[in-house]
Amino acid sequence: MSALDELRDAAERAAEATADLARIATEIAANAPEAADAAGHGAAAATGIDPFMFRLAIFALACFVGYYVVWSVTPALHTPLMSVTNAISSVIVVGALVAAGADLDAGATWTTRIFGFLGVILASVNIFGGFLVTERMLAMYKKKD
Amino acid sequence: MANLAAFAYLVSGILFILALRGLSHPTTSRQANRFGMIGMALAMATTLFIFSPPSGFGGVLLILIGLGIGGSIGATIAKRVPMTSMPQLVAAFHSLVGLAAVFVAAGALYSPEAFDIGVPGAIHTGSIIEMSLGVAIGAVTFTGSVIAFAKLDGRMSGAPILLPSRHMINLGLGAALVLMVTLLISTQWTGWFWLITLAALALGVLLIIPIGGADMPVVISMLNSYSGWAAAGIGFTLGNTALIITGSLVGSSGAILSYIMCKGMNRGFISVILGGFGGDDAGPAASGAGDDRPVKRGSAEDAAFIMQNAGSVIIVPGYGFAVAQAQHALREMGDILKDSGVTVKYAIHPVAGRMPGHMNVLLAEANVPYDEVFELEDINSEFAQADVAYVIGANDVTNPSAKTDPNSPIAGMPVLDVEKAKTVLFVKRSLGAGYAGIENPLFFMDNTMMLLGDAKKMTEDIVKSMD
Repeated sequence: MSALDELRDAAERAAEATADLARIATEIAANAPEAADAAGHGAAAATGIDPFMFRLAIFALACFVGYYVVWSVTPALHTPLMSVTNAISSVIVVGALVAAGADLDAGATWTTRIFGFLGVILASVNIFGGFLVTERMLAMYKKKD
Repeated sequence: MANLAAFAYLVSGILFILALRGLSHPTTSRQANRFGMIGMALAMATTLFIFSPPSGFGGVLLILIGLGIGGSIGATIAKRVPMTSMPQLVAAFHSLVGLAAVFVAAGALYSPEAFDIGVPGAIHTGSIIEMSLGVAIGAVTFTGSVIAFAKLDGRMSGAPILLPSRHMINLGLGAALVLMVTLLISTQWTGWFWLITLAALALGVLLIIPIGGADMPVVISMLNSYSGWAAAGIGFTLGNTALIITGSLVGSSGAILSYIMCKGMNRGFISVILGGFGGDDAGPAASGAGDDRPVKRGSAEDAAFIMQNAGSVIIVPGYGFAVAQAQHALREMGDILKDSGVTVKYAIHPVAGRMPGHMNVLLAEANVPYDEVFELEDINSEFAQADVAYVIGANDVTNPSAKTDPNSPIAGMPVLDVEKAKTVLFVKRSLGAGYAGIENPLFFMDNTMMLLGDAKKMTEDIVKSMD
């Protein structure tokens, strides 16, 4: 084996090593966002707060807001208050929309879509009916002329 | 994108808060309703375009058809429903929210991936708990509201239906619900979900049938509250801020209204819920103690003469006024009186009618300006100076025995002091007792003149006699 062969051999090995290095680098680059994401989750996990707690906080505060806001409603408008709360509680339609438009290729089933469809119908009866009947009622309240 | 969607949901939650806030006065109320509409449109658009765009043509079509069917039904109902039927309508709408909550939870159960809460058979424990709470409250709201609707719409007797040992049955169902929720979490068997739904549906019926017609204002407010909590439960499952905020707003709104209604009747919330009070018609023909006492009867001409010669008239409407659809005739009478220089005011008891604010809406429909309509605490002191109190379709809310007789079933209930007016004109179909089955001593007082007849017919006759 000549010195030349040894040299070529070494050059080939160096080339392979370089290729390996390049492949690893590409992989790292490709995974970088996910890695960053994982690190982020790790950070959230490190504070030890479940997302549920944030929802619970919103819920508790909104209950208080509701308490004060509803007490300020004039008794003369209690019927429109009921019909409008009825209309806004139909925001549950967002869940029905997700279910009705669920992606069948991603494992969702027609069962889900049908439930979503029924939910969309019921909630939209309420949305349109609730807001429009409230509008109709409120238009009736007039001041002395 | 997820953050943008979350932000948009937060904005629509805030718009809903503003929608309720604006109801503090009639002048800001219409704008408030618009805020509500914008909030709803924003929440729906966010879901469709950012949060979870429907997949494929099929999904889009399904949603459009659903919105079309529901929307046109809703809009038609809103346009046609008579104002006297608002309590039934609101009860019916509550039932839809309840059922929609059940459907959304079912959708999430069968395709948890779509809602990002796990995979079938391995849904996150927290999500399962929230989901089962949402579905249980939703199902109770659904059947409860259907019963309330039937009672309010006269499709079912308003009389309480008292099953033997009903409290034990309800407690048993409640315990079964808790047990099945734990089983659903541990086994993830969808059968448990449906059994929970069934038990909750039964519970909804059983909770409302023992409650009598007169307690409907509390029931309807309570169901309002339940529909809110159901929405909040689903909001937790979906992690949706708009739903959580709205659910808690509606939940507290209904709770406060129930409280106001209970206070208006001087009844404890628990005693209303346990039921058994008051039927549709006068229950056992009250004691009969005063039936032989003299009652002064009058005609429409007498009433017209008295009122036209009065300086001030306070009109006290009640449920019978709504049933008789007398609001337009009443406003006409008020107009004639005002034209002849009589001061006319309207006094509203918190529980007059079958839902909170029911009388105010009917008077508004008949074009009575809202600044002539007063709440109990604002007007009660004025009866002593009034020449005439015109009581139309109200009974128990004017019963002075609530103040004088500690043994009366309505003892302590705040009542309108109509007996202090110089003359009480009491329009009533017959001399029977009111919904609570209690005799009203007002009928036999010296300054009371009974105008026996239908509320609308009598008022129209009075209007004719005034010409």
